[in-house]
Amino acid sequence: MMKLDPKIPVGPLETKWDRHRFSEKLVSPNNKRRITVIVVGTGLAGASAASTLGQLGYQVECFCFQDSPRRAHSIAAQGGINAAKNYQDDGDSVARLFYDTIKGGDFRSREANVYRLAQVSAQIIDQCVALGVPFAREYGGQLANRSFGGVQVSRTFYCRGQTGQQLLLGAYSALCWQIERGQVTMHPRTEMLDLIVIDGQARGIVVRDLVTGRVSIQTAHAVVLATGGYSNVYYLSTNASGSNVTATYRAWKQGAAFANPCFMQIHPTAIPPGDEHQAKLTLMSESLRNDGRLWVPKMAADHRPPGDIPAEERDYFLERRYPRFGNLAPRDIASRAVKTVCDEGHGVGPGGQGVYLDFADVIERQGQDVVHERYGNLFDMYNRITGEDAYHVPMRIYPAPHYTMGGLWVDYNLMSAVPGLFVIGEANFADHGANRLGASSLMQGLADGYFILPYTIGHYLATAKLLPVGENHKESRAALQRVTGRISRLLNAKGRRTAASFHREVGKFLWDHCGMSRNKAGLELALRSIPALREEFWRNVAVPGSGEAFNQELEYAGRVADYLEFAELLCHDAVHREESCGAHFREEHQTADGEPTRDDTCFAHVAAWEYREHAVPILHKEPLAFEFVQPTTRSYQ
Amino acid sequence: MKYTLKIWRQKSPDEKGRFVTYEAHDVGSGMSFLEMLDSVNQGLIAKGEEPVAFEQDCREGICGSCSLVINGIPHGPDRGMATCQLYMRRFPDGAVITVEPWRARAFPIIKDLVVDRCALDRIMQAGGYISANTGGAVDGNVLLIGKDQAETAMDAASCIGCGACVAACKNASAMLFVAAKVSHLAILPQGKPERTHRVRAMLEAMDREGFGSCGNQYECEAVCPKSISVRFIANLNREYVRAGVVESGLPAEPESPHAESA
Repeated sequence: MMKLDPKIPVGPLETKWDRHRFSEKLVSPNNKRRITVIVVGTGLAGASAASTLGQLGYQVECFCFQDSPRRAHSIAAQGGINAAKNYQDDGDSVARLFYDTIKGGDFRSREANVYRLAQVSAQIIDQCVALGVPFAREYGGQLANRSFGGVQVSRTFYCRGQTGQQLLLGAYSALCWQIERGQVTMHPRTEMLDLIVIDGQARGIVVRDLVTGRVSIQTAHAVVLATGGYSNVYYLSTNASGSNVTATYRAWKQGAAFANPCFMQIHPTAIPPGDEHQAKLTLMSESLRNDGRLWVPKMAADHRPPGDIPAEERDYFLERRYPRFGNLAPRDIASRAVKTVCDEGHGVGPGGQGVYLDFADVIERQGQDVVHERYGNLFDMYNRITGEDAYHVPMRIYPAPHYTMGGLWVDYNLMSAVPGLFVIGEANFADHGANRLGASSLMQGLADGYFILPYTIGHYLATAKLLPVGENHKESRAALQRVTGRISRLLNAKGRRTAASFHREVGKFLWDHCGMSRNKAGLELALRSIPALREEFWRNVAVPGSGEAFNQELEYAGRVADYLEFAELLCHDAVHREESCGAHFREEHQTADGEPTRDDTCFAHVAAWEYREHAVPILHKEPLAFEFVQPTTRSYQ
Repeated sequence: MKYTLKIWRQKSPDEKGRFVTYEAHDVGSGMSFLEMLDSVNQGLIAKGEEPVAFEQDCREGICGSCSLVINGIPHGPDRGMATCQLYMRRFPDGAVITVEPWRARAFPIIKDLVVDRCALDRIMQAGGYISANTGGAVDGNVLLIGKDQAETAMDAASCIGCGACVAACKNASAMLFVAAKVSHLAILPQGKPERTHRVRAMLEAMDREGFGSCGNQYECEAVCPKSISVRFIANLNREYVRAGVVESGLPAEPESPHAESA
């Protein structure tokens, strides 16, 4: 029976992390060079962890499926990174960043983890500056800030609209240094396909060289997964097409617990889906809602051009429903409101999936030049994709899957239910609860990688009993067999349907029944339908080419096979959570005017699922105790 | 709309490649170039044929994965964008479009349109970093960096490492890439202590990888998806000359608070 101990240090919130660090055992420098650590993934969390572990003296084997570690999807983050620096002297503090994050997560995250995140946030900025990240500056040379994500202080640091890129290039450059020093061995174009667990400890992974197709075993003393989120299970999302659930899902099958998989952030402002060939949804920065107004025609199925609809026939639905926050309502709230008006037939554009984001008022008030200066690159991007000029015709936007708060369960040390398997960044579940605030994913990825994992993994390595293991251990061979068996099954199906067609189908199913709003009947329908689709996949998928060569379709089909299983886990979690909180909205649990109702009596817990072969996964509950803040109702009306 | 595509197919690095003609039917004007290729590939897979291998990931012009030469121009006909940001409405109905991989000695072909760009990573490993340990960094506001200086560093740092500059250059030079990386760090005070070693090590690595030398024709700037200016190449040359002077033991410039370490 799985036992989940969060290992939260006792005592006052403010000193938990410091005391914990002191109580941890250290590994002596001479022993570090005899210890090998595997890091999978080279986004913000993976690159920062691998470089720091290398600097500490461990031998690091680092893997990514991309051709270069610099291309991990953290690179696409636009807005910025939060830190409690209080440079603006506007009342920010560690305590306030902590509280905003806990409340923004709708009281479904651990206090101790979130407080630690807020504490190390300031160090992250300093570290990034030291590495040469060109943050925006004021004329006097000080670091600039912008406000972001509906909080009342200005604490977001940024590099134009390319903050993720610059932070990742910083971490990547640190990684380059450690590669040059021989501390890190980099394995690009290499995909993790299974986890090796020996005597209950994570001791290695099975990888496939994506160029030669060779499958091999890598053993180590500990394994760190920094493999990102699973938004692509929905097929259409704002994620890069390579982002996938395979590494975390396969680790789940080897004994890690999956926590809160149904907590899935839908970002309100993406360009709406077009035809069936569309491969991704492009995000339009949240900052547009500072000046744009969202509206739909009051009359359903009104096909007049937007300019012909007079003001009194328009419904500015966010301003109407949430007069206090208006167009700046948080992401989960805004997304649901968009869905509601579209479901009622007021949506605009193809298929009625879209609402207007209109800049006419600000252009009239401040002029087109001001708008151009603020958002010129976004208007250009919109024009390139849609062929429309948003200075004259309102933009059309629609919500899109964007980020996953759920992930592998980890304790306070970021260790999963499998000793020796650590999970960092978006891949774990720890810090964002049921909804993530803007500019905090970059903060969490770098906090885990630079400042938390390198300490906590040391204690494990210093105290665990780790016998020598190798490629020929029976568990290593068994893991290798699992991988080669799956590859040959995929290649031998020799069916008639492409992997993408299955991916699109399961994605649409999830979007319809486990998307922005969910109900029991729909989820149960999904749970009944997914196994049949999965069965057809294995019978009828077409994967051309060979396993012993560069074969992108084989890589993709393997990921789709995992989505087809993972989708079920997502729905089980959504069925179990009989409440509405954060991004998870159950239609059965709402007030008369459509606001979510959270149930702190029955659901103030982390839902951690344990894998069972050919059976429904087992639910374990980690209670969330609120010692320092009082859960309240999030109201934005 | 429909198009005729002449696509470079090459099974492996050792085999000879050739152009193969495909027809793309029912292409909507809202489709991106890569979505059009996706749909051609879906047709090939359904027929049991191997799809055309090409690289892509973020599809919003920032990861630098995409690497197609379209009608002879890296990233296609428009300036300041990557292949993934190109839409089919840009091509007249019925057009013939050729698609090739990046071609450079330092970028060997892996398959079809996919090339190996690890040479760029190896240049970075030679010196494209600041040797700063994690932990113990001073407060970010201790280093005052003027807005203009920060903006110029950011202009250089926005390089996405796609390698279009190399593909466009008839000498297959990586000067714009190296210039962007060297300039980003040389402009900032944090990068000053290692600037001499950095520029030399990175240029040596560039030569070692088999990239050619700069011919001053600016094709690189013209195709760069982030419009990185060739002025940074001038800056790279200046850094290189400066490194030579410093090496000779003569004072290159007055002492600054961020003077180079010995």
